[in-house]
Amino acid sequence: MSARQILTGALALTALATPITALADVVRGEALFRPCRACHMIGEGAVHRVGPDLNGLVGRRIGSAAGYEYSDDLTEAGAEGEIWTDETLDRFLAGPRAYFPGTNMVFRGITASEDRAALIAYLSAEGGAPDGAAQTGGTDIDPEIATILEIEGDIAYGAYLSSECTACHRAAGGTDIPSIAGLAPSVFIAGLLSYRNGTRQHLVMNALAQRLGDEEIAALAAYFASAE
Amino acid sequence: MTINRRIFLGSTVAITTSLCAPAVLTAQGRPQVVVVGGGAGGATAARYIANDSQGAVDVTLIEPTRAYYTCFFSNLYLGGFRDYESLGHSYGTLAADYGINVVHDWAIAVDRDTKTVRLAGGGSVPYDRLVLSPGIDFIEDSVPGWSLAAQNAMPHAYKAGSQTQLLRAQIAAMPEGGTFAMVAPPNPYRCPPGPYERVSMVAHMLRETNPTARILIADPKESFSKQALFEDGWERHYPGMIQRIGPDFGGGSVEVDAQAMTLSIDGQVENVDVCNVIPAQRAGSIAFAAGITDGDWVPVSAYDMSSRADPEIYVLGDSAAQGAMPKSGFSANSQAKVAANAILAALTDARAFPARFSNTCWSLIDTDDGIKVGATYAASDEGIVSVDSFVSQLDETAELRAQTYRESIDWYTAITSDMFG
Ligand SMILES: Cc1cc2nc3c(=O)[nH]c(=O)nc-3n(C[C@H](O)[C@H](O)[C@H](O)COP(=O)(O)OP(=O)(O)OC[C@H]3O[C@@H](n4cnc5c(N)ncnc54)[C@H](O)[C@@H]3O)c2cc1C
Ligand code: HEC
Ligand code: HEC
Repeated sequence: MSARQILTGALALTALATPITALADVVRGEALFRPCRACHMIGEGAVHRVGPDLNGLVGRRIGSAAGYEYSDDLTEAGAEGEIWTDETLDRFLAGPRAYFPGTNMVFRGITASEDRAALIAYLSAEGGAPDGAAQTGGTDIDPEIATILEIEGDIAYGAYLSSECTACHRAAGGTDIPSIAGLAPSVFIAGLLSYRNGTRQHLVMNALAQRLGDEEIAALAAYFASAE
Repeated sequence: MTINRRIFLGSTVAITTSLCAPAVLTAQGRPQVVVVGGGAGGATAARYIANDSQGAVDVTLIEPTRAYYTCFFSNLYLGGFRDYESLGHSYGTLAADYGINVVHDWAIAVDRDTKTVRLAGGGSVPYDRLVLSPGIDFIEDSVPGWSLAAQNAMPHAYKAGSQTQLLRAQIAAMPEGGTFAMVAPPNPYRCPPGPYERVSMVAHMLRETNPTARILIADPKESFSKQALFEDGWERHYPGMIQRIGPDFGGGSVEVDAQAMTLSIDGQVENVDVCNVIPAQRAGSIAFAAGITDGDWVPVSAYDMSSRADPEIYVLGDSAAQGAMPKSGFSANSQAKVAANAILAALTDARAFPARFSNTCWSLIDTDDGIKVGATYAASDEGIVSVDSFVSQLDETAELRAQTYRESIDWYTAITSDMFG
């Protein structure tokens, strides 16, 4: 363990010592985490999905989970040494876009500060400290996503398929229909899989994803990735 | 990863693998595609063919109007949720950035033997492939007493533009406690939920400005799109204001008098202050001139939207009899992409991919109360068939309804830039 990791670990421990980790908060936080599950896993066996695995979050550098492709905003914040603490998480969960305008996390934010505190308490209780035991799965990729990442996507087919998406998705993105340009392939694939298997519910996206086979998802991912 | 945003933004970028020797050569050396109608189907087709062929195909778009006013969201203008200007879109980008020859004229005839389109202004344009997406025309005698000559007294507002403005002005001028009447169309017609979204928006406007006014709908149909959702919404937001008379009570046998401003339903004469007559519909006239219609519409192959009578003419959107898709802007846009791919494959060495379609129609019932219906579709020998469908539920939360409405605003921005660049 490097000196830096020890240091961030220590920071996490001080965070854990604050009164917001009251058990009641953790229990309430678990309920508040439900919408996050559409994109994130936490606890034993967690892997990256649409969003990164959240084990060992409190105290780790922003945008630093191995094997996950973050947006430039999160990567840069991490490179500058910014760390997930109660304060930075509170700010992020209040409005992800207000904190990081270029983030790929499509989530409107949580208005009530007590709710954010409870959720953060849950994240640190459930996910443990950085490099803690719960984080072992952190670099794994969901096997379903890995299968599709291995398929060599047909770019021309992907270009054709993407024309179905442009009726709703613009490059600039909207307030409720996000941009899907610039998503890392693994994040893009995870998104479509979560709609296809129903972990993420949305009438339109569920219907559209349900008729995309693995080949088609790979083609779409290759198209978005290939365009220089 | 970096993404080439230009593709998404839509300026010229090759997305087909390679484009060399076109299979069809014309005098200019480039195959020619002529598109008649610059609406949801035509503008999309022109833009995709021009963009994807990277100049290898010469595209001419024939459209009489200089600005296209969308029918979609025109009801929101009636309800006061949009201003009129926000509905208008110019053809400037299609001409300047995509190299499309935009010709502001009417197509009046199609000579299928010489493969030329004749224009009202006198010229004629040759084509290797022709795309017709002229929208709808009205069957004038479908509502006794109504004709196009009566459209200023009793507007249809079912082609957007000055008609929509007129209808809004008439609603604003209604006397206190007056009657807004709608004669709803028989199936099939453009935008199945359109008349009922309109009623919702008119009710919204009247509730603010003229709360004792009433709305009367004469409807020849037993049931209509998203009926349970609309009726639930009307009950919650506009209790007692809206009365619909279905075919059981004579909603199908109406007569209007534009001079006297009366609507007679099954012989019972009502004095009305506004009468929105949405007549029965058929394919745009140019489809009849081309001689490819059967009954009121143009039968097409579901695999590529080509006319069953002439495979070198593709018919998109409202004019096509294609099977299960509703006549909507979303559908026309979706069909245009399938046809564009088939046309590029026929004229260049681009690859042909299997047809796939989808549609979603949003409607607004009242502030932040949006609903939607949609489906995915595939091609079959019999026509386009539905694969899977979805519709908003009655018991949704207010937040979900508000989100659905916000989504529709994003869709409007996206589809209009998908059409016009
Ligand atoms: C009130 C209302 C609300 C609607 N709401 C929605 C909605 O929310 N979502 C949705 O998806 N759809 C909606 N629609 C339906 C949608 O507007 C139509 O289905 C769609 O515009 C059809 O596209 P199109 O290309 O077939 O025809 P259009 O978009 O009507 O385009 C036809 C074009 O062809 C031109 N043209 C016609 N004849 C000729 C000729 N001879 N020569 C040259 N040009 C010609 C016309 O000027 C016109 O610009 C709505 C419609 C109405 C009336
Ligand atoms: C729609 C999918 C989605 C939902 C829902 C979602 N997230 Fe995220 N989340 C993401 C994505 C994608 C990222 C990566 C962001 C980036 O790279 O910009 C992310 C990143 C994060 C990060 C930063 C992680 C790191 O390693 O730096 C945290 C913390 C986080 N999410 C917490 C949450 C919480 C808590 C919730 C629920 C309140 C939530 N997310 C809901 C998709 C989602
Ligand atoms: C009818 C409109 C519509 C169409 C067409 C559409 N989408 Fe979506 N898409 C949405 C909406 C709305 C959301 C946000 C849904 C939510 O809240 O979960 C979304 C979300 C997504 C997401 C998740 C983005 C993120 O950052 O979490 C992906 C990935 C996606 N769409 C891919 C596609 C692809 C690929 C296509 C074409 C095959 C497509 N969509 C077509 C409306 C659409």
